[in-house]
Amino acid sequence: MFSRRRLLHGAGALSAGLVAARALPAWAQTHAHGLAPTLPTLRGEEIALNVARMHLNVDGRAGHAIGVNGTAPAPLIRLREGQNVRLTVNNALDEETSIHWHGLILPFQMDGVPGVSFPGIRAGESFTYEFPVRQSGTYWYHSHSGLQEQEGHYGPIVIDPAGHDPIAYDREHVIVLSDFSFLHPHTIFARLKQEPGHFNMQRETILGALSGRDPPLADQMEWAAMRMDPTDISDVTGSTYTFLINGHGPADNWTGLFQPGERVRLRFINAAAMTIFNVRIPGLPFTIVQADGQNVKPVTVDEFQISVAETYDVIVEPREDRAFTLVAEAVDRSGMGRATLAPRAGMSADVPPLRARPRATMRDMGMDMSGMTMAWPGAEQSSGDMAGMDHGNMDMGNMDMGGMDMGGMDMSMRNPENAPQVTMGPGVQTIAPMPVDRMGERGQGLEDVAHRVLVYTDLEALEANPDMRTPTRSLELHLTGNMERFMWSFDGERFSEVTEPIPFRRDERVRVTLVNDSMMAHPIHLHGHFFELLTGPEGKRPRKHTVNVLPGGKVTFDLTADAPGDWAFHCHMLYHMHAGMFRVVTVRPLDETRA
Amino acid sequence: MRWTLIIAAATPLMLASPAMAQTDPPAMQMPGPTSPPQTHAPNAAEDEGEPDHAQMDHGPMDHGAVDPDAMDADATDAGAMDHSQMDHSQMDHGAAAEAVGDEPAPAAPSDYAAERFYSAEEMAAARRQLRREHGGAIVSNLMADIAEFQLGDDETRFHWEGEGWIGGDINRFVLKTEGEAGEDDVESAEVQALYSRAIGPYFDLQAGVRYDIEPSPHRAYAVLGFEGVAPYWFETTGALFVSDQGEVSARLEGSYDARLTQRLILQPRAEINVSADDVAERAMGSGLTDVELGLRLRYDITRNVSPYIGVSYETKLGDTADYARAAGEDESDARFVAGVRARF
Repeated sequence: MFSRRRLLHGAGALSAGLVAARALPAWAQTHAHGLAPTLPTLRGEEIALNVARMHLNVDGRAGHAIGVNGTAPAPLIRLREGQNVRLTVNNALDEETSIHWHGLILPFQMDGVPGVSFPGIRAGESFTYEFPVRQSGTYWYHSHSGLQEQEGHYGPIVIDPAGHDPIAYDREHVIVLSDFSFLHPHTIFARLKQEPGHFNMQRETILGALSGRDPPLADQMEWAAMRMDPTDISDVTGSTYTFLINGHGPADNWTGLFQPGERVRLRFINAAAMTIFNVRIPGLPFTIVQADGQNVKPVTVDEFQISVAETYDVIVEPREDRAFTLVAEAVDRSGMGRATLAPRAGMSADVPPLRARPRATMRDMGMDMSGMTMAWPGAEQSSGDMAGMDHGNMDMGNMDMGGMDMGGMDMSMRNPENAPQVTMGPGVQTIAPMPVDRMGERGQGLEDVAHRVLVYTDLEALEANPDMRTPTRSLELHLTGNMERFMWSFDGERFSEVTEPIPFRRDERVRVTLVNDSMMAHPIHLHGHFFELLTGPEGKRPRKHTVNVLPGGKVTFDLTADAPGDWAFHCHMLYHMHAGMFRVVTVRPLDETRA
Repeated sequence: MRWTLIIAAATPLMLASPAMAQTDPPAMQMPGPTSPPQTHAPNAAEDEGEPDHAQMDHGPMDHGAVDPDAMDADATDAGAMDHSQMDHSQMDHGAAAEAVGDEPAPAAPSDYAAERFYSAEEMAAARRQLRREHGGAIVSNLMADIAEFQLGDDETRFHWEGEGWIGGDINRFVLKTEGEAGEDDVESAEVQALYSRAIGPYFDLQAGVRYDIEPSPHRAYAVLGFEGVAPYWFETTGALFVSDQGEVSARLEGSYDARLTQRLILQPRAEINVSADDVAERAMGSGLTDVELGLRLRYDITRNVSPYIGVSYETKLGDTADYARAAGEDESDARFVAGVRARF
């Protein structure tokens, strides 16, 4: 017999479902049949976008969001290489907004960063972006105003190539990964400032040590002595976030359909504010075919880490007539986004449990020397073990390293001599004494998984790089921060205190090295340009718009500064950027004739 | 005696000060070896703005020191590099063979590209906002660290300690209050209004005023103190007080969060007060006046709301204890406490 309560519950779920259905664009609705290139969506030369407040229903609970044309995530914009597009954005919010076209090559005044490329779009006003579409691939768009991106103001862009697509596929799905909180983003930011580790509910504990789940207390104390938390992997975690796939929570279970035997192209976009995801589909290997919208030589892996603002296109070929679970596990394992690929609606597969939370290592402090043939008393070669090391003052003065005199080298954790260009202030907690190139390393938490994991050095451009000149100069930038104060900066200076932009000469080629002096990963994004990571064969280096710099590591890329204008350059962790990890890059002269 | 105490109280301040001693070296690029620039020479306009070559002085970079860059090449680029050559140009890349040029960086332009298309006035306003929203945020915090009933032999008392602040990353305005109320009256209540400045990664220097609303006679003080996190994550606060009567005293507080589980936290806590003067009218002797030790077990329902129980032991020392005995009061007191820690 039905109880009244159950009936009401059912009705509630039904209406919640209807609300959810209305709030999501067709491509993101569950049981999506996939986006054949001919499916109608926002396309053409005239596109109208209305930015307004709305409610987003996540796993049965309604939260405040900012949507575009009534949906969050925003509609898919599908363009074709070679066309022109006029996008008129109407701001129906009671605050300023903007849209940045992430990864698109366009004139700087159309890039959509208030205070850099244009004044922003005031409440009640509209702005028309207009530019030629000069590329193809998977990209996305999002607000560059305040913290609106956290509230759902992001959507995918797919640009079909003008000619033949070297990637063959029968069906495709856009997979937008994101993180959603029922807290207001300003509250999240305030909590981060008020209390370091506020959202971390996976710390090491005394009971954990006694039960053997966490490292022994002596080990925990080594970290405490340094005022560092090895479990501080993500600043904002699943303790407040629900991880979304195409706007659906794990319980909503967004489902994309396929026919067994089809080649299915999945266009992954990490539109999260703060979450790096580890993505896998148990039972289906991924063939990576594109990174940041740029085709790459196919490489097959079982899992990949996608940092904030990166995109990866992958091909999967499900042959069995069964459901597969798509897992987007937060890097700190505090939760996961979950979706299903299935031949028919309503199917589901096992959802694997969250794996053990990773723990930061010496390598994440830029102090790992296991790559060198050396040892010192008490030190263990395994990078994760810090037992016996005195971190307060690792004086290596008298150490002989196979003929190399280490005299003068200081391994302390905050020695200005290890980064002379960094302004040492309260915002700089650590300087990595020995940062290493970590492009060939798996992301945090994936070091020991038993299957194939994508690393940057696996990537090789499919097409030849457009500029193969040797750089005429080099530039080093340090990614600095203080996790205790939640201050983040480049070279020790928050944008609010920086007086000068980072200047480039037009068309010059520069070798840029990003050194991560902090213990957090930073996805660094340069607007208006692609750069070639210094890996892979010359001339076929992977081109990216966003690169994840692992903690204590560094990344080097070559950049051709071919887009005149002023451009934003920042960490794409939204609250890191908001805390000051942002710069303006200038490319001059603006006029060709003066070059 | 007085100066000894002042020095003792100031010691933590001095310990914190190395963080203040920050070097501020000029921005420096790391030019490669002396291969000639391959592309266009900078034009005259750019030349004018070129950085002074003194800025690129390698002097501060001790070439005698091993360059970490070159060393990790060992891991990433085995064999391809001569390790005896500790040149800074030897960056650790697979493509170390190509010689990156050593052109200087161009001068930063003084114009704003967007002003070609949009009103300069609007862009200036947008730039101000951009700064505020990228490192210039004003944040506030309001926290009742202790709000508890203390159950003693004779009476139940209410004890509070709270702090609020508002400001940016470096400069903040801080309000602190603490006090104790008996069943009939407020026994002690003080308020501090402080300017706080971050002086290192972990410590703030604080200066301002303190006013004791109770007990009578009222006192106003000048305050110089510090607040921060010591190694092992000890929360520490120290302050030196000079009253409007010229009396000098100091207070040192410390606490530690021992995380039993994610939400169950045991917090030992200690407070030591010293006075340089004998202040009879406030029943305070010179020297160590009192020590307060606490052990509180809290449960984080959320990180913002944590009820707790615990014990608090307070003892007066030296001449201050004599004053207490003379007044017929207990010189020490152990109490059971129950309260809530809350962030608003």
